[in-house]
Amino acid sequence: MLRNITIGQYYPVDSYIHNLDPRVKIMGTFVYIISLFLVPNFIGYGIVLLFLWMLIRISKVPFSYIVRGLKSIIMILIFTLGLNVFLTPGEHVLFQWKFIQVTGEGIYIALFMGVRLILLIMGSSLLTLTTSPIQLTDGIENLLSPFKKIGVPSHEIAMMMTIALRFIPILLEETDKIMKAQMARGADFESGGFIKRAKSLIPILIPLFISAFRRADELALAMEARCYRGGENRTRLKQLAMKKEDYKAIVIIGSLVIALVLLRMV
Amino acid sequence: MVVAQGLTYEYHIRDEQGKVEQTEQALKSINLSIEKGQFVAILGHNGSGKSTLAKHMNALLFPTGGTLWIKGMDTQDEDKLWDIRQSAGMVFQNPDNQIIATIVEEDVAFGPENLGISSPEIRKRVDDSLRAVQMTEYQGHAPHLLSGGQKQRVAIAGVLAMKPECIILDEPTAMLDPSGRKEVLDTVYQLNQKEKITTILITHYMEEVIRAHRVIVMEQGEIVMDGTPKEIFKQVEVLKQLGLDVPQVTELAYMLRKEGIPISDEILTIEEMVESLCQLKQK
Repeated sequence: MLRNITIGQYYPVDSYIHNLDPRVKIMGTFVYIISLFLVPNFIGYGIVLLFLWMLIRISKVPFSYIVRGLKSIIMILIFTLGLNVFLTPGEHVLFQWKFIQVTGEGIYIALFMGVRLILLIMGSSLLTLTTSPIQLTDGIENLLSPFKKIGVPSHEIAMMMTIALRFIPILLEETDKIMKAQMARGADFESGGFIKRAKSLIPILIPLFISAFRRADELALAMEARCYRGGENRTRLKQLAMKKEDYKAIVIIGSLVIALVLLRMV
Repeated sequence: MVVAQGLTYEYHIRDEQGKVEQTEQALKSINLSIEKGQFVAILGHNGSGKSTLAKHMNALLFPTGGTLWIKGMDTQDEDKLWDIRQSAGMVFQNPDNQIIATIVEEDVAFGPENLGISSPEIRKRVDDSLRAVQMTEYQGHAPHLLSGGQKQRVAIAGVLAMKPECIILDEPTAMLDPSGRKEVLDTVYQLNQKEKITTILITHYMEEVIRAHRVIVMEQGEIVMDGTPKEIFKQVEVLKQLGLDVPQVTELAYMLRKEGIPISDEILTIEEMVESLCQLKQK
């Protein structure tokens, strides 16, 4: 159950999209998300979907990987759909029970929002699937570095992200191990109401936290031993440099935005 | 390379009010000199002070008495701190807790990046180091998908990339399975032979130190034995008193000798055992 989290999981293949500058990909994803909110109707979504499908094909990431990322938002999706279906007032009432009513407009808006959410997650998981976490943090560090002057600790943020990403699989594995160990001693995580189940997590969280602190301590020591002294005078193995392909990608994403703006004006 | 003179480390055990309850000496006036290119194994069980000694060599801990020089640099000299850590690289016990990056080659690059080396030079060092530990084919992998032995080799490569003259390995094999242990040890011994890197291996596995040039046995913060593996393991009784084992084959030879069979007391490996048994038979 702890394995199927794709957000933050890199799919290592060699593709045009994998080789793009992370800054372009991050900004591109931003633009993509904003452009989703520009979409006026389902035709617009058709265009976005086509665009996304092309990107996925170029990226060589299996489609199932991207769909898997949707699992994590299924609750939010159902919640959004439900709220919109039942609580949107409108003229074409299809079904009414006390204050709850289902209207044609409600269903339309629910579908509209649902598709938007799905496209949003698919698009952003494409970013994390094609960009290694380290490139991602490099990109973020680089994009944030102009704000260093106003006190944004861009290097520290990037380092914290790198370490967090590095330890996610380790801590997940550890959680799994602790759960099994507690289960072997008769702990029950499945039955009972919400509160009882939440309470049964305490014997997992306490050892997990203790071990996380211990790891943090050792890691800090190991980093110091390897001469880590903050971001000053630090060089990088891979310097970010914009290539011809990156400019092409900017043009492509720009044309998507223009297409959607045009669609909105028509 | 490494010289210690009267090296002492004390720490205080405090009660809840922060008052010093007890003062423990983890290292008691250690005198030690390790030459360049040597392979030195430090043996001792938990609490013998061997890890504390290792942390001093990397300037992660500072002596409370005496002095420790690495390459002629006093570890208490704050200006030299980074030079010391660069020349004496350290590999820790838990492979998971010393890999910082999420890609093997990025992790190897972490040290040189901190030293402010130019990126083409980092690239070269990363490639060289990964080749030296035979992990080149894994350079793009995520560390959490590697085996324990492979992770430890990555950690070694990470230290190598800083071009140290000395590597200190603090129980690098304690958390590995037997095949991983062999993998890491073979790498370490090879690096010592080929690259002439001074190696200090801290361990409590007797089998691991047979190939070392010199073995130091520690007990309660003091050096109790110091010599070649053959000299050390000859003294089976002394080692047993210290609560340490001898390699299995040496133990066997010891038992045979006790039974009156005239067999050498310098047997450390299976091959040597076979050899001397065959000679016995011929007589």
